[in-house]
Amino acid sequence: MLMEHAMLKSFADYIVFTLIGLVPGSRSGEALDFFIYDTLKIFLLLTTIIFVVAIIRSSFPPEKTKRMLSHKREFVGNVLAALLGIVTPFCSCSAVPLFIGFVESGVPLGVTFSFLISSPMVNEVALIMLWGLFGWRIALIYIGTGLLVAVFAGIIIGKLKMEKYVQDYVWEMQVGNSEITTMNFRGKLDYAREYTMGLLKKIWPYVVVGVGLGAFIHGYVPADFLARWAGPDNILAVPVAVALGVPLYSNAAGVIPIVHALMEKGMAIGTVLAFMMAVTALSVPEAIILSNVLKKPLLATFFGIVATAIVIVGYLFNAML
Amino acid sequence: MKIEILGTGCTKCKTLYENAKRAVEESGKSAEVVKVEDIPSIMKYGVMSTPALVIDGKVKFSGKVASAAEIAGML
Repeated sequence: MLMEHAMLKSFADYIVFTLIGLVPGSRSGEALDFFIYDTLKIFLLLTTIIFVVAIIRSSFPPEKTKRMLSHKREFVGNVLAALLGIVTPFCSCSAVPLFIGFVESGVPLGVTFSFLISSPMVNEVALIMLWGLFGWRIALIYIGTGLLVAVFAGIIIGKLKMEKYVQDYVWEMQVGNSEITTMNFRGKLDYAREYTMGLLKKIWPYVVVGVGLGAFIHGYVPADFLARWAGPDNILAVPVAVALGVPLYSNAAGVIPIVHALMEKGMAIGTVLAFMMAVTALSVPEAIILSNVLKKPLLATFFGIVATAIVIVGYLFNAML
Repeated sequence: MKIEILGTGCTKCKTLYENAKRAVEESGKSAEVVKVEDIPSIMKYGVMSTPALVIDGKVKFSGKVASAAEIAGML
């Protein structure tokens, strides 16, 4: 790991200071150097790890996850759902068939929500990017608290008995039984290759824009600029970060380089984590997709509970770290 | 033969539709390729991750975009 970092660093230095001829220590030079180094590092990490995770994922199609969760008791079900959310492939465009498939086969509503919250928020892309930019400790903390938010929010939604706020047609839907197609190892490799290419193709613009913005902040925003407003002493920083994060739509790949730079400029770690979770777990496009299956009160409750849980996580970390 | 592409209209579904059409053309077999976009029809097949490909009422795979060559092997 360290050797590769050093190699990438000298490669970025070579391009920026030798080939382009910018002055080391200058703002533009440092920003561009940071941009090239971070982009290379992130794409290297993403490609290798997404490929490995895709091989693991090929063993967990949603149909199998559904079977494991159907008629599970609360709590145990919520924990299992949040964990399966990490490994089950999820794309927001499949959220509707996934939701219907889950509730129709007897997965409790709260358990379904634990899955829906953890799946976009806690995944290999978030893990890789956090590990690469912040180190493994923050990556583990993010995964752990992300799972807690998913379990806790799912349990509350389950306790509120909001089944009547699921769109009526969902309960009348006839869901067929598709047999799970199992792949041999060759098939898994093909799947992993396609999955990796597909995912990279989808997220690369987010990564480049995210790292670009991060590099700009890194080079041009004065150090400690954010410490006054978004440091641990400002009580309002966490809820404001969450309120800003909810309407923003990005994936982990795009938001992590930005929050990395924000933290460098003095934003407190809990505020950073809360902002990231809000961006990845809740978004306007997701609300629109989910309104196909959820009536407004349930949709609002879902957003409200998750946002509250994220704010609590933010405060907790600002107090602890 | 009837090939159905299940999906609610995301880019992946379109790519799979194009790949399936190419596979049919290149194989020279006669098959009809149709897009299925409404949720009840997708759910009837028990598919939870889109896009999925169905040949003559049987789900061949779901949640991935197969290449034209791969689809041709299933015809």
